Amino acid sequence: MLARMKTIRSLWFLPLLLVSAAPARAEYGLNFPPPATPIARDIYDLHMLTMGISTILLIGVFGVVFFAIWKFRKSRGYQPDQNFHKTWFGTWSWIIVPAMVLGVDLTIAGSAQKVLQEMWIVPKQEGMLDVKVTGHQWYWEYEYMDSGIRIESRALPEDQADDGLYLRDVDNRLVLPTHRPVRFLHTSADVNHAMWVPALGFKKDAIPGYITETWATIDTEGVYRGQCAELCGTWHAKMPIVVEAVSESEFETWLAEAKAAEVAAEAEAAADIEWSMPDLMEKGKGLYNTKCASCHQINGEGLQPAFPPLKGSAIATGPTGPHIDIVLHGKPGSAMPPWKGQLNDLEIAAIVTYERNAWGNDTGDLVQPRDVKAAR
Amino acid sequence: MSTTADTLHSEHEHHPYGWRRWLYSTNHKDIGTLYLLFALTMFFLGGLSAMAIRAELLFPGLQFLDPDLYNNILTNHALIMIFGAVMPAGAGIANWMIPLMIGAPDMALPRLNNLSFWILPAAAMMLILSFIVPFFPGGGTQINTGWTLYPPLSVQVGMSMDFLIFAIHLLGISSVLASINIIVTILNMRAPGMTLFKMPVFCWAWFVTAFLLILVVPIIAGGVTMLLFDRHFGTSFFNAAGGGDPVLFQHLFWFFGHPEVYILILPAIGALAQVIPAFSRKPLFGYHSTVGAMLVIATLGMVVWAHHQYTIGMSFAAVNYFMIGTILISIPVGLILFNFIATMWRGAMTFETPMLFATAMVLLFSFGGLTGVMLAVIPADIQYHDSMFVVAHFHYVLIPGAIYGLFAAVFYWLPKWTGHMYDERLAKIFFWVNMISFNLTFFVQHFLGLAGMPRRIIDYNVIFAEFNFISSVAGLIYGLSHLLFLYIVIKCIRGGKKADNKAWEGATGLEWELPSPPPFHSWETAPRVK
Amino acid sequence: MSQPSDTPGSHYFVPEPSPWPFISMFAVFALLFGATLMINDVAIGGIVVGLGALLIGYVFYGWFRDVVTENLSGAYNHQVDRSFRQGMYWFIASEVFFFASFFGALYYIRNIAVPWLGGAGYLGSSEILYSQFAADWPTAGPGALGGEYTVMGAWGIPALNTLILLTSGATITWAHWGLKLNDQKTLIRGLVATIALGVLFVGFQAYEYRHAYVDLNLTLASGVYGSTFYILTGFHGMHVTIGAIMLMAILVRARKGHFSPHNHFAFEAVAWYWHFVDVVWLGLFVFVYWL
Ligand code: HEA
Ligand code: HEA
Ligand code: CUA
Ligand SMILES: [Cu+2]
Repeated sequence: MLARMKTIRSLWFLPLLLVSAAPARAEYGLNFPPPATPIARDIYDLHMLTMGISTILLIGVFGVVFFAIWKFRKSRGYQPDQNFHKTWFGTWSWIIVPAMVLGVDLTIAGSAQKVLQEMWIVPKQEGMLDVKVTGHQWYWEYEYMDSGIRIESRALPEDQADDGLYLRDVDNRLVLPTHRPVRFLHTSADVNHAMWVPALGFKKDAIPGYITETWATIDTEGVYRGQCAELCGTWHAKMPIVVEAVSESEFETWLAEAKAAEVAAEAEAAADIEWSMPDLMEKGKGLYNTKCASCHQINGEGLQPAFPPLKGSAIATGPTGPHIDIVLHGKPGSAMPPWKGQLNDLEIAAIVTYERNAWGNDTGDLVQPRDVKAAR
Repeated sequence: MSTTADTLHSEHEHHPYGWRRWLYSTNHKDIGTLYLLFALTMFFLGGLSAMAIRAELLFPGLQFLDPDLYNNILTNHALIMIFGAVMPAGAGIANWMIPLMIGAPDMALPRLNNLSFWILPAAAMMLILSFIVPFFPGGGTQINTGWTLYPPLSVQVGMSMDFLIFAIHLLGISSVLASINIIVTILNMRAPGMTLFKMPVFCWAWFVTAFLLILVVPIIAGGVTMLLFDRHFGTSFFNAAGGGDPVLFQHLFWFFGHPEVYILILPAIGALAQVIPAFSRKPLFGYHSTVGAMLVIATLGMVVWAHHQYTIGMSFAAVNYFMIGTILISIPVGLILFNFIATMWRGAMTFETPMLFATAMVLLFSFGGLTGVMLAVIPADIQYHDSMFVVAHFHYVLIPGAIYGLFAAVFYWLPKWTGHMYDERLAKIFFWVNMISFNLTFFVQHFLGLAGMPRRIIDYNVIFAEFNFISSVAGLIYGLSHLLFLYIVIKCIRGGKKADNKAWEGATGLEWELPSPPPFHSWETAPRVK
Repeated sequence: MSQPSDTPGSHYFVPEPSPWPFISMFAVFALLFGATLMINDVAIGGIVVGLGALLIGYVFYGWFRDVVTENLSGAYNHQVDRSFRQGMYWFIASEVFFFASFFGALYYIRNIAVPWLGGAGYLGSSEILYSQFAADWPTAGPGALGGEYTVMGAWGIPALNTLILLTSGATITWAHWGLKLNDQKTLIRGLVATIALGVLFVGFQAYEYRHAYVDLNLTLASGVYGSTFYILTGFHGMHVTIGAIMLMAILVRARKGHFSPHNHFAFEAVAWYWHFVDVVWLGLFVFVYWL
């Protein structure tokens, strides 16, 4: 509420704000959030420059027109100058004006060259951190290519998100080191997405089957938020990106932990033990609610016509075989992706078990990791 | 300039009555009227969808739409406004005015003229079907791609996408046929003495527009055809697995899409070139440079399309070229606006409604254009792209640009069309309400974009709440103001002060030498222009 | 020859109200509405398309009948004739750009998309995604969609077809001479020859398609190569067919002696159209078959 009052008041001097390069006002949400990389800073300045030029030109145009409106009106008995277009000015303005505009244009284009070059030409130097960013409908997958660590990053539902951060908050953040150039390799598993983190000064489309590159060297630690910028279907609004920039050392420790956790999970999945119904249901609920619920909904009722219900559905209550199969390999020509790449046997077993016994689908079936392994 | 006497006889000469007159018409004025009525209906439809959008964005959280429905409405809003409202409105005015202005009895190919109109309702039906079909059993999923129809998303969509693709084909055919007709009319139907460079700038504007249409519309037709094949016949133009590329569609779309925006603005500019001199009571400043500038806009406009795709991973050389090319377009556009201002300069201006809209267009279109130049600067566009800043930009060029130009033209020529003066007082009220609420609606969207709000999202974080609230409330007022416009037009058609041949003191041109409304066959005998 | 528009007694002809455009609305709607249902295999689709097609045929028949009667009644002065000609130019121009979009697609695929997939230069390192994909043309893409196929050679049927079309271009010009010299026989002969060649061309094309599907396993689904190949040759074949049909209509009118050395716009329009498909084919032969 207070925030709203603030903004409303600030509306009075919006035009001023447009000109004045006042980063202090950033928290009003009137301008770019404070940049966190050198390039983003250059972009900010460039943006301020072009906005300044535009504002000046606009003031010029308004000024001239308003003066004309005030001065050259019939009601003030002004006699039209029928030969104005025949004066020397009339004969030559067609070249004078373009020359002037050209000047401004070249100023603008020229001042963009340096930063454009910097941001566009991705350096191919040693010691860069390669992060492969894959857009999915509707979550992000980050892969640290050197260490092979994969994390999936999903928007947190309203009740779990920190207050005021709904749609800007995720379960797993993308952790990055500061003062080390990071190369992002963007691609997509289904449709176009675009990774956009304003503070890091880049946005790049994720195009299925192709890879596009961007890079950034973060120089201030902190948490930076962005959203998916390319319309990617139903939950395009729910693909936030949260980057956590930490010091080089913290980053290394984080990597180590992540690695360990992954190994542990692998082992657990590989271990050939009988899982009990409650354990699988427990695991399955958690996994289902993060990975599947965005389409099939928490209550398993789906969203027709795009997303079929699982509650009482043929797949989830019929034989287990096809059920495991569709989760593993997806349904071509629909939004249902193949999960065999994303999930290990245990996780899939848990999800299938959960789906077959939740919301009154009480089939009683209990799917073990080995069943999934067999179906792979 | 010419002799009206011998054209009068055609007034009391038989002409078709009843429904046949309209459905089977071969008369450029009747067809023009049909176009204009169609455009107005579509404008209200597209506007209603816009109101739905704004209502949904009034507060954070899902108000009353689900995401797919939101995107479906969004897609329809854009397509209906651009293809259903602005383009047909321009074509309608062209039909009405070009023959009158160049002293022709009618359009060159009157039957074809009627065909290019009647294809539109069919297209509109397909368009509306593409919107509602998903709500029928087996109708498939809704169109959630936005008007840009990018694959692979548009390949996922159900059968309603096919309705849309065919609708685009029809719209394309319609505008190509209309353009052929306009070009031929201008080249072949001018009265003796009416050389190309004596022709009113409005005719020039449409001449250039028609060329643009003939050049770029077939490209999008081809593009959506390939999309259709990818969807149904197993081709892989836009599918990497088969060696295709989703980006190819973007190139095809924007090769059409960017010229399209000049197709939308040029007729409006042409109308201003008639209105401003009339109410400044002095000839247009820089006739030739205005015409030249329009030609430059058309040419440059054809080769800068990829400024909509800076983020797709083009090479440095490529993006740099597209950036510079795009920025250079400010030169011809700037020159035209300069000429308009210089026409006002040292004139004797009065501010009837057409002039009010014209002035507003000069000012606010400059604004929209300048944000356009900001967008053209790649490093900055990397931040603006697909944010609400873009939405603000293009509504500033589309509404005070295209729409205000059309409003100016409509108010300027309404007396000629209906034979009555419209209610000036109401019209002025309409202008002020409309103009102020428009700015409130879209100015704040710049800030939303800069602060990082993406476009095409149904739900947004609370930091974007304030400005969306303002935008929505103002948007509702803005929308409602158009009901006043409707009332004014109907009132004017019904009656009002009789308009004489030359409705405006400062108006010049052949159309003002005919009675208002003009005889059924405009210039039975061509006037002689000296 | 062009006589000024305002010579007394030669008003520019403005036709009476005509039902055809209005009927066309229903025709095109039925056609495309039906088509949509059809490709989404909804039962009634085919029927609706059929109705639409019939209606379109009816419109064309009626519309052109009116035009012909008006023409024979001498309603059209030179200015009207000029309108028709210019109209036809610009129509063909728009057709040219329709094909341009497909040629453009071919160019983009071959010179940008495929190399990019191969991980070429700046454009990104897509080779991460495809370990062993060689970026050369023709290709069915990294996924090798559509399975093994053989490339369509240029020097068999395609070369023959080139010859056929070029000859047909000559024969129609020959017919035109005949017409200009008011030599009915040559006119008819020329037209018949042209139509024959046109039909022959379409026949060969059909055979080639069958050969491609059955023996070469080169189908619409054979990656971008198949896609571009069929979309370009297919739309061209369609235009040749239309052209041939128009020629037949012209032949009928020529037999009826509708054309005079000075008034035969319809003939010339179709001739231009024919040359246009001819030129497009040359483009196809070079860029689709040969290079
Ligand atoms: C009527 C329609 C119209 C018009 C006229 C314009 C005009 C321009 N547009 Fe706009 N544009 C759109 C409609 C239009 N646009 C639409 C619909 C979109 C979004 C599509 C979508 O994604 O859905 C879009 C998007 C769009 C983008 C892509 C943004 C993005 O998605 O990232 C860009 C980028 O370059 C751009 C640039 C320009 C430029 C440089 C002009 C120039 O023509 C402007 C020239 C005018 C001026 C410059 C002002 C007057 C001149 C002076 C006062 C002289 C002095 C000026 C200088 C010295 C600079 N536009
Ligand atoms: C000529 C083109 C044109 C016109 C005139 C408009 C007019 C309007 N547009 Fe539109 N718009 C586009 C072209 C246009 N738009 C395009 C191309 C897009 C991009 C789509 C995409 O991203 O794919 C877009 C997207 C777009 C968005 C972005 C949504 C998003 O990205 O999430 C928004 C949001 O505010 C918006 C709002 C409006 C409003 C409020 C109007 C108003 O001007 C409308 C006012 C008119 C009326 C309201 C109708 C008349 C009045 C009545 C019918 C009376 C009854 C009304 C009430 C009940 C109040 N438009
Ligand atoms: Cu992912 Cu939008
Ligand atoms: Cu553009």
